[in-house]
Amino acid sequence: MSAPLLDAHLVVDRGGFRLDVALRVAAGEVVALLGPNGAGKTTALRGLAGLLPLTAGHLTLGGVDLDRPQRRAWTPTERRSIGVVFQDYLLFPHLSAAENVAFGPRRHGADRRTARATAHDWLSRVGLAEHAHRRPRQLSGGQAQRVALARALAVEPALLLLDEPLAALDARTRLDTRAELHRHLTAHPGATLLVTHDPLDALVLADRLVVVEEGRVVQEGDAATVTARPRTDYVARLVGLNLHRGHADGQRVRVADGLTLTVADRLDGEAFVAFRPSAVALHPSRPEGSPRNTWPATVAGVQRHGDNLRVRLDGPIGVSADVTPAAAAQLRLAPGQPVWAAVKAAETHAYPAG
Amino acid sequence: MRPRRRRVTATVVVAVVLALAGAAGCGRSASGGGATGGPGAGGTVTVFAAASLTEAFTRLGRDFEEARPGSTVVLSFAGSAALAAQINQGAPADVFASAATRNMATVTGAGNADGDPALFARNQLVVAVPKGNPRGVAGLADLARPGLKVALCAPQVPCGAAARTALDAASVALTPVTLEQDVRGALAKVRLGEVDAALVYRTDALAAAAEVTAVEFPGSAGAVNDYPIVVLRDAPNPDGARAFVAYVRSERGRGVLAAAGFQVP
Amino acid sequence: MPLALLLPAGLGLVLLVLPLVGLLARTPWATLPQRLAAPGVLTALRLSLLTATLATLLCLLLGVPLAWLLARVEFPGRRLVRALVTVPLVLPPVVGGVALLLVFGRRGLLGGWLDATFGITLPFTTAGVVLAEAFVAMPFLVIAVEGALRGADRRYEEAAATLGAGRWTTFVRVTLPLVAPGLAAGAVLCWARALGEFGATITFAGNYPGRTQTMPLAVYLALETDVQAAVVLSLVLLTVSVAILAGLRDRWITSP
Repeated sequence: MSAPLLDAHLVVDRGGFRLDVALRVAAGEVVALLGPNGAGKTTALRGLAGLLPLTAGHLTLGGVDLDRPQRRAWTPTERRSIGVVFQDYLLFPHLSAAENVAFGPRRHGADRRTARATAHDWLSRVGLAEHAHRRPRQLSGGQAQRVALARALAVEPALLLLDEPLAALDARTRLDTRAELHRHLTAHPGATLLVTHDPLDALVLADRLVVVEEGRVVQEGDAATVTARPRTDYVARLVGLNLHRGHADGQRVRVADGLTLTVADRLDGEAFVAFRPSAVALHPSRPEGSPRNTWPATVAGVQRHGDNLRVRLDGPIGVSADVTPAAAAQLRLAPGQPVWAAVKAAETHAYPAG
Repeated sequence: MRPRRRRVTATVVVAVVLALAGAAGCGRSASGGGATGGPGAGGTVTVFAAASLTEAFTRLGRDFEEARPGSTVVLSFAGSAALAAQINQGAPADVFASAATRNMATVTGAGNADGDPALFARNQLVVAVPKGNPRGVAGLADLARPGLKVALCAPQVPCGAAARTALDAASVALTPVTLEQDVRGALAKVRLGEVDAALVYRTDALAAAAEVTAVEFPGSAGAVNDYPIVVLRDAPNPDGARAFVAYVRSERGRGVLAAAGFQVP
Repeated sequence: MPLALLLPAGLGLVLLVLPLVGLLARTPWATLPQRLAAPGVLTALRLSLLTATLATLLCLLLGVPLAWLLARVEFPGRRLVRALVTVPLVLPPVVGGVALLLVFGRRGLLGGWLDATFGITLPFTTAGVVLAEAFVAMPFLVIAVEGALRGADRRYEEAAATLGAGRWTTFVRVTLPLVAPGLAAGAVLCWARALGEFGATITFAGNYPGRTQTMPLAVYLALETDVQAAVVLSLVLLTVSVAILAGLRDRWITSP
């Protein structure tokens, strides 16, 4: 991309933990920082906001170095063109919704009347015009989230940061709010970085995903690519795929001792093999006929998964299989039950691991 | 045996008076306190005495104990009005020595005295100035000099009333910087150097002779307070009380008082 | 409420209320009107209210930054400073007054210099009363505000920073409003303590009607001649104080 608005290489040493991620976000782009707890996502966000100084690396926004330890360049939080939506919203309890939203513009030099107008404008945009005078404790979770967003956007930040913006909401509200949020993020002209552990948030809201594990970027790319070709167990579990790493030789990939899978793609060397749980068929005994990918497994556990049942299987490779309740009953699936698993080559997806 | 002396502070007095105010209508509280032993030369004698008698009566108490082995003198010093109020509220005391007849009248008027009070000393006012008299104060008229800071006792206390009388008699219009609630407070201000002069008793000035010079003034003979003493009606140790009063009025007692600066009749 | 708590609570209440009951029982109701109109009563009351309020303002001005220092800044000797702040609490007030004289008196460490350079004398002045009252009441404010600041959620200050607020603006517009209830409670304690101060006032500022004679001093002097006058004065002070304190809304001094 040509001169991204945000260009950062965040290196932070905290106790025994080291964060080392490179981030580039273009104007108008929404990037999701995805990862398990403790991966360093919040550290990265705080570093970008200036609430945490970098140990090394740099943070450049709009061509200006906000933080570059080597050159002693440092801009404090209050002078950065940022807007933050915190996980707990942190709306000032002693101010009304409108006053909260007007807070930023006032600090940036707007006079009282202009700031109030801006605040009301933004509150209308998030659909809360009639709640402008209410105190935060009188607002519902969803309403508070929208005020927090309006407050962050009212300062027209070059970089918008969101920390688990939907985590505090119940499932129903989350659905509606996610759609609304997507609308606003798309309209935002600046760069947006969204920190989340919920893959659905990432998939709906972001143009690009950056997956972080243990302080390092393990995968990045657009949603389609990442979900189609997960590179780590975490991502695979996130997107609900079976993922295994093995050694490929043409159309055969050796994934474990005694198990080689035939795949649809041709490659050589270290490779990933991925297939959906719904692609795994279970048989009481070794199946006859076409599927060449078959192995003996033991049922480890059974869970409901929508209308189907998700069966966890132990064996040469651990997989999840989706079966209908009828099929499960027929097979008499219970923990400890031996079965045979089979996957069609056509339903696998293999790609290089390098 | 050493005499024990307790200096009753202002706040304790207020608390006691107010707390006893409610009990006043319920009759006298039982006397008791420190009285041990019964009649006879021995036993404890509780003496309530005006603050200005501190040095003199402390010495007298010690001498009394030496003269009569087996006896103990317990002294309580405070403002005469406060002591009178305490006695009327039933505080256990044997003897009351006041710095003014007015306060004694409060006690006798309430019927709490045994017999008539006797006049045992007189205290004259003097001007107390820092040692060496740096501002050259010679008389009452000098006190009204501009720029001179003077401390007086509040008119409600005996020392203040006497001061007011003396100043009026000399036609001196004086605005003090403070009206202290007791003579010791006024004296303390001089000793600390916060005021240039104060009208106090001669006994107090003498007691602080190391830091303070006493300046007599004409007419000071007229600014005098009479000190009466009396045995109290509900004295726990009446014999001891009478013995103590007799001792105060004896030759030896008068000697101690005169040495302290009192005039003895 | 369990009896084991109710009983001591009741006794505690009785202990606090009995002196007031004693006062009311001995009030000369018949002569009350003319006693209240006596010269000096209103003067002393007005002076007391004025000096207590000014002392509280002084404590706020100096005490809030001090509390912030103790709560937020790590510096060597912080624990010692915190202990020093409580000194006026344990010092007998008269001793406090003497100490103030030794510093601000004519011959004091700073008194002479203040007089020579600025022509300011503090003993025997109303300003001296304010200083004496502020000295004894300051610990209440500092301790209350320090506690409130420690309990305040720092994340709101971070949020303010992300919105462009500098340190001072954040302190004034976010931190202070957040700790306002604790601050108000501390100020109330401070005011009440200042109002009732006697020993330090009379020692440092002396007693002179209209200038330094506050209500407590007037009460004490009235005891010399007229106990009933003292009772009346005490009652006036108590009534005014209780009225003001009771008028404070609960929600101003307790956290939401």
